[in-house]
Amino acid sequence: MLAGVEPGRRAALVGIGQTEYAKSIDRSELALACDAILAACEDAGMPVTDIDGMTRYDVEQSTEWDVIYSLGIPHLRFFAGTPSGGGGLASTIVLAAMAVETGMATSVVSYRARRRGARSSFGPGPYQGGRPWAKKGSLVAGPNQYHHPFGLASPAQEMALIARRHMHVYGTRAEHFGMQAVAQRSHASTNPAAIMKNAITLDEWRDSRMIADPIHLYDCSLENDGAVALIVTTTERAADLRQEPVYVLAGAQGEHPIHTQLAVYFSETGDYGGPKNGGWGIAPRLFGSAGVRPRDVDVALVFDHFTMAVPFTLEQYGFCGEGEGGAFIESGATRWPNGALPVNTHGGSNGEAFIHGFNHLPEAVRQLRGTAANQVQGAEIAFVNGSITDSSGAVLLSR
Amino acid sequence: MTTRDDYPKPVQDADSEPFWQFCRSQELRIQRCSQCGLHRYHPRPRCPNCRSSSFDWARCTGAGVVHSFTICHPPVLPAFSGRAPYNVVVVQLEEGPYMVSNLVGDDEELRIGMPVEVCFTKIDDELTIPQFRARGSAG
Repeated sequence: MLAGVEPGRRAALVGIGQTEYAKSIDRSELALACDAILAACEDAGMPVTDIDGMTRYDVEQSTEWDVIYSLGIPHLRFFAGTPSGGGGLASTIVLAAMAVETGMATSVVSYRARRRGARSSFGPGPYQGGRPWAKKGSLVAGPNQYHHPFGLASPAQEMALIARRHMHVYGTRAEHFGMQAVAQRSHASTNPAAIMKNAITLDEWRDSRMIADPIHLYDCSLENDGAVALIVTTTERAADLRQEPVYVLAGAQGEHPIHTQLAVYFSETGDYGGPKNGGWGIAPRLFGSAGVRPRDVDVALVFDHFTMAVPFTLEQYGFCGEGEGGAFIESGATRWPNGALPVNTHGGSNGEAFIHGFNHLPEAVRQLRGTAANQVQGAEIAFVNGSITDSSGAVLLSR
Repeated sequence: MTTRDDYPKPVQDADSEPFWQFCRSQELRIQRCSQCGLHRYHPRPRCPNCRSSSFDWARCTGAGVVHSFTICHPPVLPAFSGRAPYNVVVVQLEEGPYMVSNLVGDDEELRIGMPVEVCFTKIDDELTIPQFRARGSAG
């Protein structure tokens, strides 16, 4: 990932682990985190005591200390959290790869454990299970004080405002979002790990109840429990391990004062066609440092808290033209197996599970190992990104 | 004094308190940089354009246009459950900044580009919020 790094120090993903995904799992978030981390170590063929670094979302409630205390990991040399919500999805791997390639650590585990199911609340805090926005209480600080008194609180409601504007500016139709919902539910229907077993039709999407116009229920990420962990180590160390390594070809982060965070999306110049930040600000560094182009990517795992994030992301990262995301989806390009760029082949956040997007990373690794349930034949390069409506990042992974 | 404990209330800090207190007086005022003249909202300690910390609370004309909107259905915050479905709008103020609010009136009328003007709704003795109605519909 870093320019000039010695070949033996190149960062590689060598282990993936996940728990079952279900609407409600009667285990603590910490227990789920430990299960996923041990599963990733098992997958890699690495003793858990070799872990000497950790990265996580900053909203993760199972801290480094919680995990090493539970798993008996003797010493961490590197640990870091990254904002914010689903924006942290790829940034955890960027941090882990930086640590490994600079020698700050040798084997870094990144993890996310989440209980978000309707019956999974385990405390009064917004990040103690259940719906975070519903648990912020009636006293609202920070940017939310300019939203909640008007009834704007949930991410779906915020995303609806962005989606409506995109439809107005570019002629995108709500059905375009529905077509991506249908594609991902089709992918989920042939993924044994997915929560949603049944494919849906566009009519069923249309008939699903409205959450925040134009967002239908079937556009929304699932509310469920589960955990995911990945291990990043050096290419040199990977040679002794069980799996063929998947390399972190490139990684980049981006945060911008306007236009990315849902809470301030519409700021002084926050029109949709406004300044080129968000994914637009990350893509040149991501692809430039890897020396590849968007059309070289074989499979994309796009953070999809809501289905419209898929076309918006594909535009921002240059997989299609600005304003053309809806037509790109309508062409079938994002649908496995025949699309030019299958997106969220595991079923994504409305089909497989919503682990704050972190389940997208093991799917990218499986695609590059050639072991995915919905395998893209000969996949060599995968794209994974964090939320375009948060402080964010993206990685390109390769065989 | 009447207060509604269930209603989401701003935690008013040094940056935000003047905004909300002007709303209580039924005045829409936002920060205007004393150095470069840029209006800004949400409230912040410095101008993002020129970094000046000098500003005044400039009275807005109250006019704007609907920049985007949604109609919220359940699940919504408990204080709003009796009102759903209800609208949320983003209004671009004549002064430039965008403001999240509601349209007072018929949801069916809502469209992007619609001219609106501010009106105030008293929630309780502590909180009055700026909302908008179709421009020229005052009465």
